[in-house]
Amino acid sequence: MPQVTLAVNGTSHTVEVEARTLLVEVLRETLRLTGTHVGCDTSQCGACVVHLDGDSVKSCTLLAVQAQGATITTIEGIAAADGTLHPMQEAFREYHALQCGFCTPGMVMSAIDLVEKHPQGLSEQEIREGLEGNICRCTGYHNIVKAIAAAAEVMQGRAGTLASAAE
Amino acid sequence: MYDFTYHKPGSVADAVALLAADPDAKPISGGMTLLPALKHRLNRPTALVDLSGIAELRGVRQEGDALVIGGMTKHYEVATNPLVMASIPALARMAATIGDTQVRNRGTIGGSLANNDPAADYPAAALALRATLITDRRRISADDFFLGMFTTALEADELVVGVSFPIPQKAGYAKLRNPASRYAMAGVFVAKGPGGVGVGVNGAAACSFRQVEMEAALTAAWSVESVAAVKQSPDELNADIHGSAEYRANLVTVMAKRAVADAG
Ligand SMILES: Cc1cc2nc3c(=O)[nH]c(=O)nc-3n(C[C@H](O)[C@H](O)[C@H](O)COP(=O)(O)OP(=O)(O)OC[C@H]3O[C@@H](n4cnc5c(N)ncnc54)[C@H](O)[C@@H]3O)c2cc1C
Ligand code: FES
Ligand code: FES
Repeated sequence: MPQVTLAVNGTSHTVEVEARTLLVEVLRETLRLTGTHVGCDTSQCGACVVHLDGDSVKSCTLLAVQAQGATITTIEGIAAADGTLHPMQEAFREYHALQCGFCTPGMVMSAIDLVEKHPQGLSEQEIREGLEGNICRCTGYHNIVKAIAAAAEVMQGRAGTLASAAE
Repeated sequence: MYDFTYHKPGSVADAVALLAADPDAKPISGGMTLLPALKHRLNRPTALVDLSGIAELRGVRQEGDALVIGGMTKHYEVATNPLVMASIPALARMAATIGDTQVRNRGTIGGSLANNDPAADYPAAALALRATLITDRRRISADDFFLGMFTTALEADELVVGVSFPIPQKAGYAKLRNPASRYAMAGVFVAKGPGGVGVGVNGAAACSFRQVEMEAALTAAWSVESVAAVKQSPDELNADIHGSAEYRANLVTVMAKRAVADAG
């Protein structure tokens, strides 16, 4: 069986997989990182989004063998070691950007990539278009968009805190 | 998904040798089309030959009056590449509308062209810009490459290595996205290039095609009014739950007007 070595959230793992094993299966079933969700398994909903070498990807549409040697970040890997939430997580909480929470890990991972790829800041329109690959059945997106806008202000140093980002 | 053997060759020659040795092996680039198909067991390859480790398939370069884009170049890279943005900005803008960010971070131009989905975006651009497909063994004009629904001139073991786009004076693209799938209901790419005016239509029929009446009209006078006067025939256009052939025929003219406006 093929072996793959993945650096997941800062720890290197070498695991045996079948060629057909999806990355999301390794994350959830082998590494027990169940924060990454599977909503559709048809590449549409974005619940499974993780970062692969810094880019957001759908881990349900990627073979584990294709990720050989890659650096992967999942929702479990973004808070600080002492448990302090990532500004994007904090903003989702602050802005009530989740209800059932099923889409949230993928939303947060997509949102972080979106902010990082737009160092000059983001318009509301750009945030909405940037969420094309993530489906939420609860919130109506509005608070998600607000949360991302606020987190971008903090992540990019234009605001010190979420509270001041709202002003 | 059925299991298969996985190969990751380091050169085009090795990849072609692996495909030639096994008629049931298939190349995989971004996997954004192939993996969903394998999950549905629509396809049962014995082996996948991953092209992502082949350096010669990547990147964008200018060759004379043309831009050559490597087959493994991702949609995101085409959308943000400075050379593409400077010389064929419409192509970069188009690439930025393919699927979503995560699809663009994996999906490739070579995979899209080889797949020839009727609703895919790149085939319309390749037709309108009079692109040449570069394979491991020959060069094929876009006109001779796209043969029908999901069908191209490629042999089973032949790889798209790159695609050469003559740099146009102007080009534009517009599509109407299906609100659910987000694929084009109809899209039109227009270009005025060294080889003449090109109008490529995707989404509307079983295979992307050139709209020659619109090409003639734009050659006579490059303006929104020129294409507005051309009526697309609904014969042989797609009719499905999303829209009738007549609806799509009308969309072709509407998208052509927007594409000319986009080109300026
Ligand atoms: C949710 C979603 C939305 C999408 N929306 C759009 C859209 O709006 N517009 C659009 O155009 N596309 C869309 N796509 C398709 C996407 O652009 C794919 O990336 C693309 O069609 C195929 O590229 P790939 O690199 O992923 O190819 P793969 O899936 O790896 O391969 C596709 C096929 O081509 C063959 N192949 C791959 N590379 C080569 C090569 N170099 N030479 C010869 N054969 C090769 C494979 O064997 C396979 O049969 C969407 C996909 C998804 C999942
Ligand atoms: S589970 Fe991957 S996109 Fe829905
Ligand atoms: S919060 Fe329930 S799906 Fe988004």
